[in-house]
Amino acid sequence: MSKLIRVSKGLDIKLKGAAKKVINESPMIEFFTVKPSDFHSIKTKLVKKTGDLVKAGEAIFYNKECEEMKFVSPVSGEVVEVVYGERRKVLEVKIKADEDQSYLDFGRVNPVGLPEKEVISRLLESGCWTFIKQRPYDIIADPSKKPKSIFISMHGTAPLAPSYEFVLEDKMRAVQAALNALSILTDGEIHIAINHRKKHSIFKDLHYVNIHKVSGPHPSGNVSTLISKIDPINKGEVVWTIQPQDLVIIGELFLSGKYQAEKTIAITGAMVKEPCYYTTKIGASLETLLKGKLTGANARVISGNVLTGNNEGIKGSLRHYHDAITVIPEGDDYEIFGWLKPVANKVSITRSFTFSWLFPKRKFNLNTNTNGEERAFVITGHYEKVFPLDIYPMQLLKSCLYEDLDEMESIGMYEVAPEDFALTEFVCISKQPHQEIVRKGLDLMLKEIG
Amino acid sequence: MGLKKQFHNFKEKHKDKKWIPAFNAFHTFLYTPNETTHSGSHIRAVDDLKRTMNMVILAMVPCLIFGIFNAGYHHYQAFGEPVPFLSYQAFLHGAVKVIPLVVVSYGVGLLVEFLFAVVKGHEVEEGYLVTGMLVPLIVPIDTPLWMLAIAVVFGVVVGKEVFGGTGMNILNPALTVRAFLFFAYPTWMTGDKVWISGVVDRTNQIAKGAQLDAISGETILGGLAQNAPLDYSMLDAFLGFIPGSVGETSTLLIILAALFLIYTKIASWRIMLSAVLGALTMGFVFNKLVALEVITQTSNFYSLMSITFWHHLFIGGLAFGIVFMATDPVSGSQTNKGKWIYGFLIGFIGILIRVFNPAYPEGIMLSILLMNVFAPTIDHYVIQGNIKKRLKRLKVKTS
Repeated sequence: MSKLIRVSKGLDIKLKGAAKKVINESPMIEFFTVKPSDFHSIKTKLVKKTGDLVKAGEAIFYNKECEEMKFVSPVSGEVVEVVYGERRKVLEVKIKADEDQSYLDFGRVNPVGLPEKEVISRLLESGCWTFIKQRPYDIIADPSKKPKSIFISMHGTAPLAPSYEFVLEDKMRAVQAALNALSILTDGEIHIAINHRKKHSIFKDLHYVNIHKVSGPHPSGNVSTLISKIDPINKGEVVWTIQPQDLVIIGELFLSGKYQAEKTIAITGAMVKEPCYYTTKIGASLETLLKGKLTGANARVISGNVLTGNNEGIKGSLRHYHDAITVIPEGDDYEIFGWLKPVANKVSITRSFTFSWLFPKRKFNLNTNTNGEERAFVITGHYEKVFPLDIYPMQLLKSCLYEDLDEMESIGMYEVAPEDFALTEFVCISKQPHQEIVRKGLDLMLKEIG
Repeated sequence: MGLKKQFHNFKEKHKDKKWIPAFNAFHTFLYTPNETTHSGSHIRAVDDLKRTMNMVILAMVPCLIFGIFNAGYHHYQAFGEPVPFLSYQAFLHGAVKVIPLVVVSYGVGLLVEFLFAVVKGHEVEEGYLVTGMLVPLIVPIDTPLWMLAIAVVFGVVVGKEVFGGTGMNILNPALTVRAFLFFAYPTWMTGDKVWISGVVDRTNQIAKGAQLDAISGETILGGLAQNAPLDYSMLDAFLGFIPGSVGETSTLLIILAALFLIYTKIASWRIMLSAVLGALTMGFVFNKLVALEVITQTSNFYSLMSITFWHHLFIGGLAFGIVFMATDPVSGSQTNKGKWIYGFLIGFIGILIRVFNPAYPEGIMLSILLMNVFAPTIDHYVIQGNIKKRLKRLKVKTS
């Protein structure tokens, strides 16, 4: 049964460079990189060293606090470089891919009817567990805690987000296999959000799930919005969230017995010549992927979307949880009387001589300039316009800043992830780093309360 | 090498110097900085604090210009040589009196701001741009410049900087300046002499023995407080052709400014609307008391209580206070629900003080300052409501 969830608060930022619905052939990619920093708050132990050969699905490092949890190589090949940071912290592991890929065989199995423990150990061993994230804290799920429900959003509302109806069209068998496996792991339900505009959604035929139609501006497609509307998180409860394309990887594990780290990613943004979709693997080198596709050099290359992605630079790679690459112009230039003159080519939620509200359909070419300096919180009431959760955003941010754990807990910290504060950060007149503040707050709670 | 490049090089070369915030203040005034996003969202909306503050300043400019004409107009009127309102004589006289107030307010205030920025090593914040404009608009025309300078120093230091600067203050800094003037120099600030330019001089000359006619520059509220008949019509009061603080007299222009601030989404319409409702409610209650003959003509409060309740909006500083000072986001309530309560009480208590305060028949300043102090408490209870909802959800779950 599908219900309609209406979200009224939010903001759709329309950007130039949306991907055409065509899947182009990806160039041959030689280098793939695995970055432990993708797995927030996990302490990793490296098991491979430079020169070692790995198969796709073979562990490169594991979780020190839960040794069964493996982090595996997306491709088969040779470990060519391990980059260390301060105190010998592993920053990245670079793998040169073989021409002919070989996979570690985890064995094909139908998940239906499998015991819970077996599903969990299979996911942990194959590296697929990393795709399951938990709330609170927005980290990789704790295998020892059962979630009360699982949430998946098939409706990407972030700027230039890929269309999941399009990229998953031929992969629904794998998606269903993953859902079959996940349904064993929860006593509650699996909730899926879909775009209310789609009359014939491919997701309507899925089994073991609860489909919810969602309407409204971004962040209506964020899982937090869905969770708050359907089954809000209370203290002591855990819910899981998984990204649509990661379901395919989990599904393939059961269908083919292999760790297929393949994703159809959208290469988008105003600085991409012909934005469209490509099929590649997690960790792919962006330099090869984007070769000849950009219109200029002074670009911000982002793995993910413009609101929550990582600033990778052209030397970077496709990060573990991302299914888009966005390239926008850098904004490292001064603008004369930028604060004074009327502006129509940048987005604003006010009308203070800013005219984006006059052009609701216009697509903008925004750069990375902050459009002003960081200040203390001054203006009130703006965040609430783009924040659909039943939480006071400014008060939560402030409680994170002064590290009042009781207050953080009581005003809704368990229910949020940094991504929920992407829009408040975007509209913030004081240019405060909201997502960073929330991440630090969550980390503090995790450390002190757990 | 272009100016942009020169400034950039200068900034880079001296970035470790103690005084660099002072240079940056001018630099960022000329050029939006080349800063790019480094964490979180890679793109940002165009609005910054400078743009926002600028909107508030623009909204006040008509009040300032009107105040200049009004000052000259009343001066010539009182001294028996009437000139038309929109005449160059009125403008010239007004400008000579008002511009120095603006200059002193900005000069002294920004000096303090720059000093604090350099000593504390942070950037110069934009908060004073609005305060600096508010201050000359809410003082009587004959305020001596030295008094204003001392009050501004007090207002900026005690009203704002001791708490950590813009965004951290508890009280509205402009009202702190005004309150300082009121409490430090009460005989000067509360008489009937300071509201029309030149009246104080004339009074001093008479005191020294000059053979001149004494002139009273009483405001409407001052008159009502003494149960004196009204010298001005309500239309005059609405349009602003009355004596009063420099920029507060024209309700019409203040309404236009309010519409501009609401339209640009800078100021909170919730606070403005609820404050007006609060003022009307209190005014209505007083009208009823008079109608029921609880208050009779013998009462000291008869005149102020009996004026038609909505006329309160046109006289004194009520409208100006509601639009420009109650809506200060830092010292006001920060939650949307809280803003309704906060605004309503400002209007309600404002009229209450206006009617019952024997020393100074104006209440809006004190009522806003009072509610500034209570705003965090209001927010506290609003947020407690949210917390209770969350706890209830948990209880339903576990029971």
